[in-house]
Amino acid sequence: MTYDLTFAKDVYQKAEMGHWIKMCMQCGVCAGSCPLRAHWQHSPRQLFQMVRAGKRDEVLKSSDMWMCTSCYNCIVRCPRELPITHIIHGLARYAETQGAADPKQPTRRFAVDVFWKNITATGRVGEAMLTMRLYFQDGIGAGIQRGLEMRDSALGMLKTRRLNPIPFRGKIKGYDGFTKMLAKAAELEQKLENKA
Amino acid sequence: MKEYTFFPGCSSEHNASAANMENSIQSMCRILGIKLNEIDDWNCCSASIGYAGGGQLPRMALSARNFALAQKQKGNADLVATCAACWLAMRETNERIETEPHIKADLNTALAEAGLSYDGHIKTRHMVEVLIEDFGWDALKAKVTKPLTGLKVAGYVGCQTNRPFGVCGDSYENPQYLDQMIEATGATAVPFPMKVACCGGALMFSETEKSCVLTKQILQSAVDNGAEVIITPCPVCQLNLEVYQGMINKTLGTNFNIPILYYSQLFVLSWGGSWQDAALHQQVIPAEPLRRFA
Ligand code: SF4
Ligand code: SF4
Ligand code: SF4
Ligand code: SF4
Repeated sequence: MTYDLTFAKDVYQKAEMGHWIKMCMQCGVCAGSCPLRAHWQHSPRQLFQMVRAGKRDEVLKSSDMWMCTSCYNCIVRCPRELPITHIIHGLARYAETQGAADPKQPTRRFAVDVFWKNITATGRVGEAMLTMRLYFQDGIGAGIQRGLEMRDSALGMLKTRRLNPIPFRGKIKGYDGFTKMLAKAAELEQKLENKA
Repeated sequence: MKEYTFFPGCSSEHNASAANMENSIQSMCRILGIKLNEIDDWNCCSASIGYAGGGQLPRMALSARNFALAQKQKGNADLVATCAACWLAMRETNERIETEPHIKADLNTALAEAGLSYDGHIKTRHMVEVLIEDFGWDALKAKVTKPLTGLKVAGYVGCQTNRPFGVCGDSYENPQYLDQMIEATGATAVPFPMKVACCGGALMFSETEKSCVLTKQILQSAVDNGAEVIITPCPVCQLNLEVYQGMINKTLGTNFNIPILYYSQLFVLSWGGSWQDAALHQQVIPAEPLRRFA
């Protein structure tokens, strides 16, 4: 176990809303608020204490942040008014940019490799393509299996005109500018982190 | 006629998963005299999971572009979203633009690459806020020509219209507005202890088995309290509760077959709209309990 004294400082400066962690009084209200809490190895309260204790690897390699459903229970309950949802998202993103997140963590994989790619490819969500990429990320066999499990639902969606039978969607008109805008935003974000 | 700038979001597009919400909301607006002016060429807001691939600035640039287009095309008219996740993402972005000058500056530098700019000042509102604040309960009740008397409904509020901003100052732990909407149509709101429990949200896609357990508890609570249908204001909730019922039945040994509707569908039907107007033909689990009012 390594204790990394620069870790807390990095999180305060580089992770979204990370500086708020200083304000946590360890009351544990947030820990009882996560819908999937049975699957968090460390609650938000514990993660914040681990940041302060310099447990870089334990925090960044953890699956915990990726269990957040964005339910905002914690935010409205925290007596110190920490924006916990965003701190947890910030830690997940920081783990991702540091290359520490497990590439196979299911929510990381869905959010980064499937969802973000899907929306930036055209400017909008293509639900049919999103579903296909999600199902086929583990190969054809696994994809067909998952497709079969959901076959009745997919047919129901098609029949009620709530799923586009054509999986490819066109780009938004301003796609060129949209892409340049995102590239510039990404560049500024990096500068922000390096400056910090 | 009241006019608003409109952000439908990807799930409300033609042939998308919330087409039933979109179609019933359009009918609702026709009856109320609301004109929704859609932002031309809007892009996805990335909902609550954009943080992972997009970080802060690229994620917020998505909503900033929509605000910039809205301002350019429609001025500072209130922007109405119908999806809980879109409303939340846009409100959060706008709040940071208006309170953090360096975020506003950086986002405008990014927007300039697309020939756009945004200086704040557009208020983002959820459709339910428009109904409650700009029309009011009496006006909503006055439209009822076919009261849904005797229909037992569970009002599932979920998370994102409720937290962190809330609707019209309602309680976070026991919000009343959805039950009031049910009662406004003449139907009965059943007690529903799980009304603000989370269904798993976007994690239904990545952690399906774990999220199904959450959704099962919500469905069970509604059924145990005698609900014939569940209504919700959120398209993610709607999808999770409706489309995964089959899988939940198969994997968790239940036997659910309860229709999951939008508040807008109840309003349209009780206001004399047809089955079609209320988009009730677009339910994967048919809305049989409503047949007696059609
Ligand atoms: S609820 Fe707030 S103060 Fe309490 S442990 Fe969680 S983050 Fe810290
Ligand atoms: S928003 Fe995330 S961290 Fe907060 S209670 Fe919900 S799951 Fe837990
Ligand atoms: S809520 Fe989802 S589908 Fe709707 S615009 Fe936002 S990201 Fe796209
Ligand atoms: S209940 Fe689920 S889908 Fe609905 S807002 Fe909450 S997390 Fe999102």
